[in-house]
Amino acid sequence: MSTTDTQGELWEVFIQSKAGQPFKHAGAIHAYDREMAIENARDTYTRRGEGTGLWVVKSKHIVSVQPNEEGYFFDPANDKVYRHPTFYDMPEGVKNM
Amino acid sequence: METTKKSEKELLLEFEEKINGEQKIEPLDWMPEEYRQHLIRQISQHAHSEVIGMQPEGNWITRAPSLKSKKVLLAKIQDEGGHGLYLYSAAETLGVTRDQFIQWLHEGKSKYASVFNYAALTWADMGAIGWLVDGAAITNQVSLQRTSYGPYSRAMVRICKEESFHQRQGYKIMQNMMEGTKDQQEMAQDALNRWWWPALMMFGPHDGDSPRTNLAMKWKIKRETNDQLREKFINKTIPQAELIGLKVPDSNLELLTDGTYKHSDINWDEFWQVVNGNGPCNQQRLAHHIKVHNDGAWVRESAMLTSLIEE
Ligand SMILES: [Fe+2]
Ligand SMILES: [Fe+2]
Repeated sequence: MSTTDTQGELWEVFIQSKAGQPFKHAGAIHAYDREMAIENARDTYTRRGEGTGLWVVKSKHIVSVQPNEEGYFFDPANDKVYRHPTFYDMPEGVKNM
Repeated sequence: METTKKSEKELLLEFEEKINGEQKIEPLDWMPEEYRQHLIRQISQHAHSEVIGMQPEGNWITRAPSLKSKKVLLAKIQDEGGHGLYLYSAAETLGVTRDQFIQWLHEGKSKYASVFNYAALTWADMGAIGWLVDGAAITNQVSLQRTSYGPYSRAMVRICKEESFHQRQGYKIMQNMMEGTKDQQEMAQDALNRWWWPALMMFGPHDGDSPRTNLAMKWKIKRETNDQLREKFINKTIPQAELIGLKVPDSNLELLTDGTYKHSDINWDEFWQVVNGNGPCNQQRLAHHIKVHNDGAWVRESAMLTSLIEE
């Protein structure tokens, strides 16, 4: 029984459903190189015209916030209410703002 | 960086709060080891089922009665391969490699749906499989769209979008045969007779005999029990059979006033026989998977080398 993994590397797949829309994570595939990665992503995730754009990136290259750190990681946003329009009291009668 | 270490108990409490609040659990989140193990078992079994399930239908690609039916069957089987891939990648987020999953399948440590251990004997079986086997799978998968594990839930949403074509193409084959010659009608009825009970077995043992059901329901891995799902399937499928003139092979069927059906119980001896490896095609299905996997080893190995050169 072989113990080495010969399934190729793991790549994450992102699909843009229509021009102008953001790319959304769809899932993952295995592939040995870029060309195979984009073709496998097409065959696996867009068999019914799900998208017009496709991105693949090796999973190991994605940097993410660790869930147990998310509290303080996002802290800086918590005390800056002045970033929201509702922070500002507007005089009565002001229009188009 | 300062992080306060939480105790196992606090983590479990937070986990269960999330589950109760219908929040999804994501791969990097803390989860109890039993939850992880249950998911690894269930999702990999589901993935293997999609892939092994390509065999009985694959058997008919070269013998499809027309070019159109051949194209439809090919597209359907290709979808099943895709379902296997969605599910393997969902399972891999739990920290097990795809190689490992395949090794467990080959060693018999990991199971797949027993229904695929029955043989597809005639063209009508392509109808019965799409209508009944995919129909039963859909009933289960619609419910699993609400499972608590994020990657599994998202794979289910994607799969459900594709499945209704599978069931319709199968039912259409049955309908066409029922509108055909007497021989064709008999062939369709014979396929229903052989696939009805295996399809009902797909939902697994009775709730009382399914030891892991409680935990799976509590942690919302499963959202409905085996028996609940089986009844749903029975109640919607019997009228579909009657509509095209087929007779469900159960002499105790009775329509109750609330629109549900009274029916016979499954032959559980047969169920356990097939689960334990003694169904009509168990050995053939696994042997075929192992052979194809080994035959393709040189392709994977040379592709690995090419990818090293590209780096
Ligand atoms: Fe499927
Ligand atoms: Fe299907």
